[in-house]
Amino acid sequence: MIHPPNLSSGYRSTILRAPSRPPVPFKADPDTIELTGPVFGHEEVGAPDADLTRQHAGEPIGERIVVTGRVLDEAGRPIRNTLVEVWQANAAGRYAHELDRHPAPLDPNFTGAGRCLTDDEGRYRFVTIKPGAYPWRNHHNAWRPAHIHFSVFGTAFTQRLVTQMYFPGDPLFPFDPIMQSVRDPAARERLVAAFDMDTTEPEWALGYRFDVVLGRTPMEDE
Amino acid sequence: MITPSQTVGPFFAHGLPYAGDWEMAPEGHPGAITITGRVLDGAGEPVPDALLELWLGETGTRGVLTREGEGACGFGRCATAPDGTYRFRTARPAGPYGSLLVFARGVLRAVLTRVYLEDVPDPLLDGLEPERRATLLARRDGDVYRFDVRLQGEGETVFLDY
Ligand SMILES: [Fe+2]
Repeated sequence: MIHPPNLSSGYRSTILRAPSRPPVPFKADPDTIELTGPVFGHEEVGAPDADLTRQHAGEPIGERIVVTGRVLDEAGRPIRNTLVEVWQANAAGRYAHELDRHPAPLDPNFTGAGRCLTDDEGRYRFVTIKPGAYPWRNHHNAWRPAHIHFSVFGTAFTQRLVTQMYFPGDPLFPFDPIMQSVRDPAARERLVAAFDMDTTEPEWALGYRFDVVLGRTPMEDE
Repeated sequence: MITPSQTVGPFFAHGLPYAGDWEMAPEGHPGAITITGRVLDGAGEPVPDALLELWLGETGTRGVLTREGEGACGFGRCATAPDGTYRFRTARPAGPYGSLLVFARGVLRAVLTRVYLEDVPDPLLDGLEPERRATLLARRDGDVYRFDVRLQGEGETVFLDY
């Protein structure tokens, strides 16, 4: 199993929120609406949405980075014109969210949300700043490794994926019950971006590559 | 290998909700209905930080993100309120059900279910015991359909394998 089990007791919030019954298989036929998904128009998403460093009057504090990659299906085929949404903490590890109580500074020049549509090769690209690690109250001295939240649609509602992208070599990985909820070490590796010199732009920003591979639809399994 | 899921976490509010996200049909749209209810945890407590997505099978003519254009859209998104409630204003789906995904802090992979607006013979419903089947049936009250999602425990909603 590549996805984490819903009950992962190291992550306390799962204890009352994980379903106790196994999910019910359903047979897909051509009328099954879960085999389709919303189609987004290019006029709905503007280029500024993909540059999280240009959404305010000034530039945010932090290490400027480019995050790019492809959205693919399990056979390696690109998924075109699909919506990719990201959100993240600022460089100090603070979210622009009223319930984030971490006593780290907010950045008036950083909201930390972006979106774009993939191109004909399934590629997306964001410019942002590297988020900071932040504490949470799951257990004593709990810290989340730096991460960017990703939301990806695909072509079928059953391909819908929300995940988190981590940065290579973070020493917090072994202590993070959310990342460790993915039991298979090879699957966990899929959550870690690769530093990429080809994406890195001279005298401007480090580059990271993060591909997202979506699952099959039930129809294709038959 | 596919990319594993991770929880949406508690801080998606500045990233995922957008203006008009729950308004799949504009106000006054002929035949529009409201689908509303609560998300509850295993202790029966409301889940104030869930995000729901409803899909009816067709994108339609109204913008998914901008909500511009005539007619209705088949996709909607709604974050729960502090009391665990959500709502969608939508046109009726072509078939008997809509597909519903629920994301939340503490939910490592979104749970998928269906909101049936009518109790009809159906390959999925017919394979369920009566009390399990009942968890997928919305209760009609005029133009309002009520559908609660119980993540765990008594009356636990039937979730689908995907
Ligand atoms: Fe986070």
